Amino acid sequence: MTATARVETLVEPELDLELDAVWRNRPGFIGWLTTTDHKSIAKRYVATAFIFFLLAGVEAATMRAQLSRPENGILGPDRYNQFFTMHGTTMMFLFAVPVMIGVGLYLVPLLVGARNVAFPRANAMGYWVYLIGGVLIYGGFFVNSGPDAGWFAYTPLSGPEFSPGKRVDIWAQMITFTEIAALIAAVIIITTAFRMRSPGMSLNRIPIMVWASVVMSFMIIFAMPSVATASLFLAMDRLISTHFFNAAEGGDALLWQHLFWFFGHPEVYIMFLPGTGIISSLLPSFTRRSVFGYPALVLSIIATGFIAFGLWVHHMFATPLPQLGQSFFTAASALVAIPNGIQIFCWIATIWTGRPIFRTPLLFAIGSIIIFVMGGMTGVMIASVPFDLQVHDTYFIVAHFHYVILGGVVFPLFAGMYYWFPKVTGRMLSETAGKWNFWLMFIGVHATFFPMHQLGMEGMPRRVYTYLEGTGWGDLNLVASLGALVIFSSVVVFLGNVIHSLRHGAIAGANPWDAESLEWATTSPAPSYNFANTPVVSGRAPLWESGDELPVMTGLARDRQQVLLTTVLDAEPDSRHDHPGHTIWPFIVALTIGIFFITLIFSPWGLPIGTVLGFIAYARYIWPKKSHEPAIVELPRSVPAAEVPK
Amino acid sequence: MRCGQVTRVLLALLALVTLATTGCKREERRFREVPPAADATTNVVMSTIQPGPSIVSVATEHPYDQNAYAISQGQRLYVQMNCAGCHGLAGGGSIGPPLLDDKWIYGSDPSNIFATIVEGRPNGMPSWRGKLSNDQVWQLVAYIRDMAGLHRKDVRTSRTDDMAAVSDNQNRNRQTPRPSSDAPASTQP
Amino acid sequence: MILQAPRYTQQSMVDPAGTKAALVDHFWHFLITTASIVTAIVFIALLIALFKRHRPVEPEEPAVQRSLTRWVSASVAVTLVIIVVFLFTDFRLGRAIATVPNRTPLRVNVIGHQWWWEFQYPDSVPNNWISTANELHIPVGRPVVLNMSSPDVIHSFWVPNLSGKKDLIPGHQTETWIEADSAGVYRGQCAEFCGLQHAKMAMLVIAEPEAKFDQWVLASRATATEPADSTAKAGGQVFLTAGCSVCHAIAGTAAGATVGPNLTHFGSRHSIAAATLPNNRGNLGGWILDPQRIKPGAQMPPNGLDPDQLNAILAYLEGLK
Repeated sequence: MTATARVETLVEPELDLELDAVWRNRPGFIGWLTTTDHKSIAKRYVATAFIFFLLAGVEAATMRAQLSRPENGILGPDRYNQFFTMHGTTMMFLFAVPVMIGVGLYLVPLLVGARNVAFPRANAMGYWVYLIGGVLIYGGFFVNSGPDAGWFAYTPLSGPEFSPGKRVDIWAQMITFTEIAALIAAVIIITTAFRMRSPGMSLNRIPIMVWASVVMSFMIIFAMPSVATASLFLAMDRLISTHFFNAAEGGDALLWQHLFWFFGHPEVYIMFLPGTGIISSLLPSFTRRSVFGYPALVLSIIATGFIAFGLWVHHMFATPLPQLGQSFFTAASALVAIPNGIQIFCWIATIWTGRPIFRTPLLFAIGSIIIFVMGGMTGVMIASVPFDLQVHDTYFIVAHFHYVILGGVVFPLFAGMYYWFPKVTGRMLSETAGKWNFWLMFIGVHATFFPMHQLGMEGMPRRVYTYLEGTGWGDLNLVASLGALVIFSSVVVFLGNVIHSLRHGAIAGANPWDAESLEWATTSPAPSYNFANTPVVSGRAPLWESGDELPVMTGLARDRQQVLLTTVLDAEPDSRHDHPGHTIWPFIVALTIGIFFITLIFSPWGLPIGTVLGFIAYARYIWPKKSHEPAIVELPRSVPAAEVPK
Repeated sequence: MRCGQVTRVLLALLALVTLATTGCKREERRFREVPPAADATTNVVMSTIQPGPSIVSVATEHPYDQNAYAISQGQRLYVQMNCAGCHGLAGGGSIGPPLLDDKWIYGSDPSNIFATIVEGRPNGMPSWRGKLSNDQVWQLVAYIRDMAGLHRKDVRTSRTDDMAAVSDNQNRNRQTPRPSSDAPASTQP
Repeated sequence: MILQAPRYTQQSMVDPAGTKAALVDHFWHFLITTASIVTAIVFIALLIALFKRHRPVEPEEPAVQRSLTRWVSASVAVTLVIIVVFLFTDFRLGRAIATVPNRTPLRVNVIGHQWWWEFQYPDSVPNNWISTANELHIPVGRPVVLNMSSPDVIHSFWVPNLSGKKDLIPGHQTETWIEADSAGVYRGQCAEFCGLQHAKMAMLVIAEPEAKFDQWVLASRATATEPADSTAKAGGQVFLTAGCSVCHAIAGTAAGATVGPNLTHFGSRHSIAAATLPNNRGNLGGWILDPQRIKPGAQMPPNGLDPDQLNAILAYLEGLK
């Protein structure tokens, strides 16, 4: 457990040169447009998501400034409506899910010992589609066309009669972009995790982070189509006079709510489960033992993924749905606390019997547990229909979901940033700045969001651009706004830390945390080909179990991009597969998708134009290359995990 | 900077400029407009023929041209003020003339429509002077022109949450006002 | 610009004045107690785990793993028990608040508009229907069944001191009930985002002893009070000519529009603009001249009245008791 694999055995200088020549990105700007390296693409996802996080943070800060005093004049009602809608939309669609996708896309191949993800070109395309969606909606926001009907845009307010102009249309199409990107990433993560693992990495040896990413991906596949349908129906109602949400013609305003929340509830677990995966990943390094309860943790993640789809009506308790039906969702919403609780108990058990090392990643993990437990408590409270009917759509709910999201998504994310920054960049982030970052954020979160529980119970509804002096809400709002400043400053500290450490951070070796998982078995930053030779795994903690040298398997091609495919259950070598290499066509296809959907905002002509352009681009994308070598080479099944002949 | 980079930046700027110029006016929400008021009714011209050789254009700008919010407010007022009672819910006409065709008895210029609403007209059109604020009248003017499809497509109203008798202005063809022998033509098509 | 709000009981769900709110408040005490205890236990366990001195040398040996398994399983079992108790209590409470008490309820229709509340008191005699706005009078100690809908967007009726909320959804008729235990003025607010002035779509619920309530009903059924003096009379004329009557109705006059709130007994109301401002001369004048300054985006336009006209109409409206 304490001995780590000698990384030197995995790097041979000649092999490194050969492989790097095949796998590295092309130089310059064209390299940027053509890369299919999962690490480059994942870094982009994370960086872009962080920029959106900052933008949403500025929106939040402005809102808090407006609400700090009653009848304040910083934002009028129209502007405020755009701000809170953009804040929610950015955080939910453009930050939280893409950042977890990015973290997953970076880590999953490294955690399973693969050279790249399963579908590298689609991976590239997914990012561009996400970027186009984000630029679309922010472009709209900057020219007064930002959506103003809330991030969940209930009809009929978001419908054609009550939201004039193109604001909501832009929003509806942005959803399409982010949803396509998420679906692509989901398919990629599942395929990579199930078919490209190192020999010996059977299902019960897969790192928990990979399990979390896989469950997240399955949830994306089942949830995203619902919101895509909803936004499609809304766009059609607005553009071509369909009547999906028009009661006068047989539609129903509640249909929107069902379709949206069927996605919306799993969405928050899509964001949360990778967060739990991150904590389970880093705890071993900072407690010097493998995480306790691997089967329980994995089954809890899977159970949460399933149960999450049975909760959506708890967003609709104030609507005229039958009481008996609502009771089912109360029970499910309360019972989802069980798998979440199991994870927390297992983590506490790990810490209890381990030897804690108080570095920034552990601090953020502890902070995340504290904040998430508090949010989870209010979560079980609002599972109750009578209680929820009082606090629904008030600041109590705002407090609840910020606690669970900050605890379950943001704090684990920051923990992961501090933990994996060395692997991504080769340098360590500053511990001192990290501790400042943590404490400012921890204090700021409580200062901002704890008073909101009280505000909600005192009757302050959500989404109000101002409130009257006589309500008495001014003082708590002021405290919350000051807390927001503290959070803001903690993010500034983090940015400063990152910028400074990129140049001047301490050089990290391959495994600065003395960690147990495979991503630490290669250099920092990881080379373009991830692993020179495919590691062979015989336990859950490969680097702690393998003693001085990590066993590897050789035999993949050195003159082209080739990856190893293994079987689903036991990860026996199955075949070798050639990857297409770097290409610009994913970018072009993404542009045609952009043209297709953006034109559709303004005119149905987008359909034929976009289809034709997209078809041409996509045909070129998938056109098979002439090659004298077979792209897939089957391997005989009975060969043990040792040297495999070419 | 490479050639590719320069092109990309230029394209982005172009896109932003296009978006900016088309986006701004459409989405403005102006709550306390002080639009041209009395002047509009005194300077309204009902004929394109003028004595003498020169023809001076009398087309007027109206403050809510291409403003989606104002047009949708006009849509609301059209029902609330019961214009629909005489002109039909979709502007198809009943005891009052239709508003969604290309025939404009008193002219299709915004100032003509403003005058029609404020002054009233023979044969049953009430005078709304003093009953609706100028701002509200201009919103109605915008909506009436919208019914004939005289606005840009992205600015037009879409369906209301009513029965489908109220038709969808956004996908209707533009009804270019036509000159007719018994009606003065508008100088602003 | 700081506006003074009318005097009412501070909006709060933990200061119940009605049956349903009292039940939920009671439940809240159970919830917060349980949650605090559970949270405290988890935090203490976490802190001990982080800072304890003695730790096993071989944490992954079977004995340690077995012990941990037992502890984790026990914790899960306890959590499950707590949740089941919670669910049981919650379902009983849910049934209680959904059951209208066995006394003859008062029925009121609630219609939500952007951005004001319309309250109608139906009666078997059509002439006795009352239509009022933004202020809901109810008798103390009697359940009031609210039959609700909306002609535009989704709103939500919520008076925290009395009851939980219920949405008003276009195309649906929703129903809820409230009951006040003690007399008072309680403030409620729309609780579903409904557009530009969602923030200022509040209402006052005035709970009065049964006798006083009956008096109010009788007074409300009457047509508008005749103007007392010449200024008020002139104000009545201004109301009809200046465009007010295009949207507002005053029973007994020629003004019969239903676009905006019914103003028949406006002089008796505590507030204007959906409980945004106290109903006094200054506020009313400001509101009539420029509603957009107080509620930008509201459907009422600015009115260009000269000082005499304004004076007259204020006198008239104040007299509509």
